[in-house]
Amino acid sequence: MTVRKNQAELSSAEKRAFTGALLELKSSGRYDAFVTTHNDFIMRDTDHGERVGHRSPSFLPWHRRFLLEFERALQSVDPSVALPYWDWTVDRTPAASLWASDFLGGTGRSRDGRVTDGPFAADGGNWDISVRVDGRGFLRRTLGSGGRQLPTRAEVESVLAMETYDMPPWNSASDGFRNHLEGWRGVNLHNRVHVWVGGHMATGASPNDPVFWLHHAYVDKLWADWQARHPRSRYLPEGGTPNVVDLHETMRPWGDVTPADMLDHTPHYTFDTAA
Amino acid sequence: MSRITRRQALGAAVGAAVGTAGVALVGAAPAADRRPAATGHQAQDHRDPKAFDEVYLGRRIQGAPASGGHTGHGGHHGAGWTVRVDGEELHVMRNADGTWISVITHYEPVASPHAAARAAVRELQGAHLVPFDHV
Repeated sequence: MTVRKNQAELSSAEKRAFTGALLELKSSGRYDAFVTTHNDFIMRDTDHGERVGHRSPSFLPWHRRFLLEFERALQSVDPSVALPYWDWTVDRTPAASLWASDFLGGTGRSRDGRVTDGPFAADGGNWDISVRVDGRGFLRRTLGSGGRQLPTRAEVESVLAMETYDMPPWNSASDGFRNHLEGWRGVNLHNRVHVWVGGHMATGASPNDPVFWLHHAYVDKLWADWQARHPRSRYLPEGGTPNVVDLHETMRPWGDVTPADMLDHTPHYTFDTAA
Repeated sequence: MSRITRRQALGAAVGAAVGTAGVALVGAAPAADRRPAATGHQAQDHRDPKAFDEVYLGRRIQGAPASGGHTGHGGHHGAGWTVRVDGEELHVMRNADGTWISVITHYEPVASPHAAARAAVRELQGAHLVPFDHV
């Protein structure tokens, strides 16, 4: 059974297994297919058109399925690996062990944002950025640049307290839990973390940075935490909504999975803490 | 005399501040670009973004409503706007509240297509845009 652990609690062996599986997926070309899929959806999902992966109720079940696919790919390389999650309310500075050279490596150098240590530094020759939005082929980060701050636990709590899953107009203008967690409105959780990391994480091709998966694994855990806190709240909308994935409609690109299928994570994995 | 001097001094100070801001832009967006606050001026920008064509930090940025009221690229949605950096198209998108993002700064809305183009130039640090697929 897959147990997703807090990245701060991983052993050295677990970190090596995880980064090793990432590098293996990268060298086989399978990794970049995930980057392409994400960028395609982020460019097509619009507030007043069809929207599936982002700025819509299916943001959470879409990413849950996306991460499951990725985790299965990792496990095809190394069955012992599970996606760790990054609780950015706790590990909130560039000094966190997450960014050490034995795990994801640190921030980029000031001149060009290039990450220069860790398994994903360009100099290692193992992490070419091939799904590009610009001409630079090296991984970039600007952790916390401009004095930006990651969300606090109190800000997370204020969003977890929201009872309603999502609301019309079911996009970046919505009130409710989903859009506040996604960050287009209010205290801004998920979006702000992308911006705090900077570099590739701030772009549509954000899965180029492996921290993408740890960030989304925590966003996914916050969905599970919210469900535990509001057992009577349901995924919305439940039917007949143009351009939006209703509870029992299938999601692209898979075509064989609905939000209803993704509401319960426990058939697929559990967390190291109750959720 | 002293008043004129003061005005001149003020003008010089503003000029210096603008120059300093231009340099600082490399590292951090000015508040006006980063925070699309609901001031009257910026609310106006939301409703009716202005076409632009300028050299910003050494890059030519251009933006205008796309002709024909259609993006012309079936696969992406530029909200009827075409934005270019040194002639290469930058994918931009309009949010429901009138703010804008681009594929380079996708998670941080700004007030206008112009601000999105400037944010992209700061992020690019001189790198060229890779044309996105016109699916």
